[in-house]
Amino acid sequence: MIAKDISTSVKKKDHDGKISGQLAYISDVKVDSMLYGVLYRSPIAYGKVRSIRLPPLPEGYEKIGAEHIPGNNFVKLLHNDQPIFANEWVNYIGEPMFMLVGPKLDILYQLVDEVEVDFEEHPAIFTLEEAIKQKDQTGVFAYHEFGESLDVIKSIEKKAHRVIEEVYETGYQEHVYLEPQGMLGIYKADEILVKGSMQCLYYVKNALISALACEDDEVRVIQSPTGGGFGGKEDFPSMMACHVAIAAKVVKKPVMLLFDRAEDMEVTTKRHPAKFTYRTAIDEQGNILSMNVEVFLDGGANAGLSPVVLQRALLNSSGVYKIPHFHAKGYALKTNTVPNGAFRGFGAPQSFAAIESHLGHISSMLKRDPIQYKRNYLVKQGDPTITNGRFRDPILLEDMIQDLLQTADYTKKKEAFRAFNQQNKRFKKGIGASLFLHGCGFTGSGERDHIKAVVKLEKTEQDQVLIKVSNSDMGQGALTTLSKIVAKGLDLPYEDILFPDPDTKDVPDSGPTVASRTTMIVGKLLERAASQLKAGWQSGVAQEVVEHYIHEDMIPWDEETFSGDAYPAYSWGVNLIEVEVDILTGSVRIERVYGSFDIGRAIDERIVKGQIDGGMAQGIAYGFMEKMTSQLGKIQQKTISDYGPPTAMDLVPIESKLYDNPYAGGPYGAKGAGELPLTGGAPAVQAAIEDALQIPFYQIPVTPELIIESLTKKDGDARD
Amino acid sequence: MISNGKSKTVIELHVNGDSHEVMVRSGDTLLDILREQLGLSGAKRSCENGDCGACTVLADGKPIHSCLSLAIESCDQSLMTIEGLMGSPIQQAFVDNWAIQCGFCTPGFILNCHALATEHPNASDEVIEEWMCSNLCRCTGYQEIKEAVQSVVRASGNA
Ligand code: FES
Ligand code: FES
Repeated sequence: MIAKDISTSVKKKDHDGKISGQLAYISDVKVDSMLYGVLYRSPIAYGKVRSIRLPPLPEGYEKIGAEHIPGNNFVKLLHNDQPIFANEWVNYIGEPMFMLVGPKLDILYQLVDEVEVDFEEHPAIFTLEEAIKQKDQTGVFAYHEFGESLDVIKSIEKKAHRVIEEVYETGYQEHVYLEPQGMLGIYKADEILVKGSMQCLYYVKNALISALACEDDEVRVIQSPTGGGFGGKEDFPSMMACHVAIAAKVVKKPVMLLFDRAEDMEVTTKRHPAKFTYRTAIDEQGNILSMNVEVFLDGGANAGLSPVVLQRALLNSSGVYKIPHFHAKGYALKTNTVPNGAFRGFGAPQSFAAIESHLGHISSMLKRDPIQYKRNYLVKQGDPTITNGRFRDPILLEDMIQDLLQTADYTKKKEAFRAFNQQNKRFKKGIGASLFLHGCGFTGSGERDHIKAVVKLEKTEQDQVLIKVSNSDMGQGALTTLSKIVAKGLDLPYEDILFPDPDTKDVPDSGPTVASRTTMIVGKLLERAASQLKAGWQSGVAQEVVEHYIHEDMIPWDEETFSGDAYPAYSWGVNLIEVEVDILTGSVRIERVYGSFDIGRAIDERIVKGQIDGGMAQGIAYGFMEKMTSQLGKIQQKTISDYGPPTAMDLVPIESKLYDNPYAGGPYGAKGAGELPLTGGAPAVQAAIEDALQIPFYQIPVTPELIIESLTKKDGDARD
Repeated sequence: MISNGKSKTVIELHVNGDSHEVMVRSGDTLLDILREQLGLSGAKRSCENGDCGACTVLADGKPIHSCLSLAIESCDQSLMTIEGLMGSPIQQAFVDNWAIQCGFCTPGFILNCHALATEHPNASDEVIEEWMCSNLCRCTGYQEIKEAVQSVVRASGNA
């Protein structure tokens, strides 16, 4: 079928294999003479390895360790500080030290159990608090400071009517992709092939070239169908790929590494816990005079992606507001805990939770409605960003807010809730909003300087067109979305566009599947490739076209001074959530959820709706349900139910609306949509709970325990 | 687990209308045997402790978490995995309602919802929600799945 309107939904490319159970995820793959790997992991948080004693290994079982790595013993990423096999020092509980491989999993588990390692233990840093105190002596993975000079801010604060300072904290968030991580390494005489669940084929490939010290054509990476990623399969799979590739090379057999859920929860990357300090000066009328922000991220034991997560956290620390005299600084710090990494939103959900909470608290101190108060500060088209870039495109936020207030009948509802709460001793209703944005694509000049995306379209003699890009479908619908863009460009039926599983032997590096860049950046390149192919179309002839990334004209980004245009475009959102809180148990029931979004133009309405629903579910749960903690360096939640992601009972239908605001730099006007919907969930749910209880919270998740504790404290304060 | 012993028993499993003789140890789960010995990998391994339902299969028409069921206890039952469910209305409804993203929860969800539609052709929304709670989906917000189930229940139930 030839779609007239690009937004009209089509059947997703991969549905058939998914409803029949025929689609093979990596754990479904069996190859001849395949061995399994089980990792021996550090039981301590920080120390030096003195000696390792292995039990006698039966025939066919081998230890694979640092001694087998032909190249660098680190996973190539930003700081190159993450060992593939930690053989001298260990830096967190669960860090892989070596791997036992062999034919039977149960025997491997038993053998790993019998390993004895002697360590010289050293005092470890377990919490962000400790890391902040010692930051001058210990690891700072990244640091940035920018904005108004502190002298100016000091003099403003001196004259201000009031200076409001708040500390705000956010916790871990676990991805809980339903498919645990898995990777298979296959030995061939002239190449090592790695297959698995992943978002970024070329991150994996580059890590392999570095670890194996080999040529580009000696490694090959194929993405297998991926059962959810959400950022959890951005950086982490590279390490597993190194493990299986090295092992396969040594034993000359296929080696499979599959995590079970407990292992996945204990050792894979998570959303960074964060601590913020907001200091805001206001005048007598409540106008904001200046704002000074400090951000600390718990990076865990290696730098991983923390430096870039910190950048996004800082870039969003002023929310969607134009704040006079704004200053921010931030650190990503080392602790001896499981390394944190990418998670949908990438630092922004923490910052939006913090800024929305802070402005919400200020407005209630001033006895003003939070939405009305925040509306005074909305950025407008043409305004500078906090890094002296520009919001160049139309911003619909004001209309979106106005519409939503009307749709939800906000003012009336607020009154009705107040009356309800006065009468009802046990149940309290509240309504809360969040306003947010998402910078689409890589931060700064990443696309131009690091990624340099390339896409290819191949046309067969039968006039079928194959998409050759390195982007993964992990459920978000990239196969379908990108196929639609190409089909539309070529005026071909969508069914004629083929999208084979990405294989680095066959596809150019179009960049990783992250940062809400796939549709906008890769899609734009494919749109251009399609029009190039169309212009030169010769029926019955095999043809190929290639397109390279072109950087848009922007104010140049300078990472050192933290200035310039951090993003080419922004997507926008407004959420409104209604809750009912049971003050006896502290439990919160979500009653209505509204989400309005500007993502440019939707390439497929149903796919976008899927992103909105799933993203908001994760964001809302991050605000009040999902709690993960670490004690002395050990993650405490071992099962999914210990952790508590939402089930069908916890959610209500999401009433969402899209605003058409085509962006010239995206395919058919599309901007990024993957991460945005998660960002507003937590601050809106916190605001709704605060509205219901009339008490402020300074952290998420706002769990029942926290609610009861705060209510008890409020009672106590009232009695004093 | 009670026994990690080496002793194996031969049992007969009835899956998707066929009978298979398999050698099992007393501690082997049904999920292990389906996936590793019968090559029926549509039942997914995700949490292995009953939290997520990705491993759901039907035993005498009732959904069970095969990661918590022992293979030796399943020999008298008639088992159905996703591989045995072809062209059902619920599968089509999942497609029609965009109830699938990454697909890892899908086979388990489909079997659970298929059993629901068969057992309760007039299921109310509350009953649907209750059934859906034995399965987790991390990609969707459950709404599309609910709509898929509702469409089948309505079609079969509104005589
Ligand atoms: S794998 Fe059986 S319930 Fe999760
Ligand atoms: S579709 Fe991915 S977990 Fe449900």
